[in-house]
Amino acid sequence: MPVLPCLSFASATYAAGGRTLLADISLDITPGSPTVLLGPNGAGKTTLLKLAMGLIAPAAGTVRLGSRVDGKPLRTAFMFQKPVMLRRTAAANVAFALAAAGREQTPAMIRDLLDQVGLITQANRLARKLSGGEQQRLALARALARNPDILFLDEPTASLDPAATKAVEDIIAGTAARGVKVVMATHDLGEARRLAGDVVFLAAGRLVEFAPAPAFFNQPATEAARRFLAGDLVL
Amino acid sequence: MRTVNLRGGFVDGAGALDLVFSGNAQLYAIVRLSLFVTLCATAIAGLVGLALGAAIGLTRFPGRGAVVVTLNGFMGLPPVVVGLLIFLALSRSGPLGNFGLLFTPAAMIIAQAVLITPIIAALTRQLIEDLWVEYAEEFAAMGVQPWSRVTTLLWDARFSLVTILLAGFGRAAAEVGAVMIVGGNIDGFTRVMTTSIALETSKGDLPLALGLGLVLICVIMAVNVGAWSLRQWAERHAG
Repeated sequence: MPVLPCLSFASATYAAGGRTLLADISLDITPGSPTVLLGPNGAGKTTLLKLAMGLIAPAAGTVRLGSRVDGKPLRTAFMFQKPVMLRRTAAANVAFALAAAGREQTPAMIRDLLDQVGLITQANRLARKLSGGEQQRLALARALARNPDILFLDEPTASLDPAATKAVEDIIAGTAARGVKVVMATHDLGEARRLAGDVVFLAAGRLVEFAPAPAFFNQPATEAARRFLAGDLVL
Repeated sequence: MRTVNLRGGFVDGAGALDLVFSGNAQLYAIVRLSLFVTLCATAIAGLVGLALGAAIGLTRFPGRGAVVVTLNGFMGLPPVVVGLLIFLALSRSGPLGNFGLLFTPAAMIIAQAVLITPIIAALTRQLIEDLWVEYAEEFAAMGVQPWSRVTTLLWDARFSLVTILLAGFGRAAAEVGAVMIVGGNIDGFTRVMTTSIALETSKGDLPLALGLGLVLICVIMAVNVGAWSLRQWAERHAG
């Protein structure tokens, strides 16, 4: 039986300021291991994620989320490359996210979410005083507070050191292992190799290649993908 | 040739200090009334200005640009013109003449509130709008409801908002033209520090004028020290 997509783009186009940032994207993303959006800066990775999350609307075409077994739309959550930390403690940030998601904010739930991202000992520290890696993890906890079926991550480890990167990647892998569909953007090939189940390769706002990760990394089908993997500049 | 009487200046200064530190009843009655008027005006202007500034900062409507420019322009309202307009409104033949407020502390509170409300509203609008740019997408992704967005922005901006209120307080406390016109500078009733300084100087009673000036400067400095300390504390303890 074919697996139903949890997220579908049909000829989706997005333009802003007179520029087309994404053009004619058709793509079905299915549940399973993480889908990684790869591509150089300006390829349209963040725009694609924002379209999927519904933060922006396509100028043409459609973006459709799948449904849960009860017929309700899948729950989504988004983590920005530079998340905004509210001016309160880490625990209060998580409580705020739970409240925004319409969920109870019990101490046990807050502790559980902070524990999932390894910040239980930082619960009472001010969010803006946390390190960059800790802030990313707190942002992940806030996203997980929405109890998402699909988790969108925009370059979650950009500008983190290797230790912080590993901590965030472990959380992402653990989240995916619990059945949450992770769709994330990165231009870090190593991270993509470590996490991706399949790869969406974008360049200049166009979908260049969509393939399972082993096929993409070992036998890329397009010249642009080959050049990108070889470290050449792809504009 | 004009000469400066340094000895006379020292005598005036010593007299001023004596008035301040001896707890002179007349001087402290004036100080109390000044603080009462300015605190009431700041409270009223704070309620109106914070709400107005946040509303303009977070909403989009036709003519918003003109409203913002007007509000910013009103930050520099000439106090004597405000005093004159309020005088006309409160005078017997004016639209609010029946309330009998002219030449009362209430009229002075209204004048100061009118002067500083645009300052508080304009600074709040800018602060909330800047914060909104930072928070907007995050709120959208988190599914934060509109009312919760407003309260969260005000809460996260709380220390800066207090600084804005203190700026308004300082402006009101130092104001003289408007309260002179609508208060009348009546001894023991509507005489505040700034109007007293102007009057006593013209009468040549320099010790009282200097004493009041000293207290006024101390109040303004205390407000600024308070604002600075609050900012320092907030950076250390509230993110």
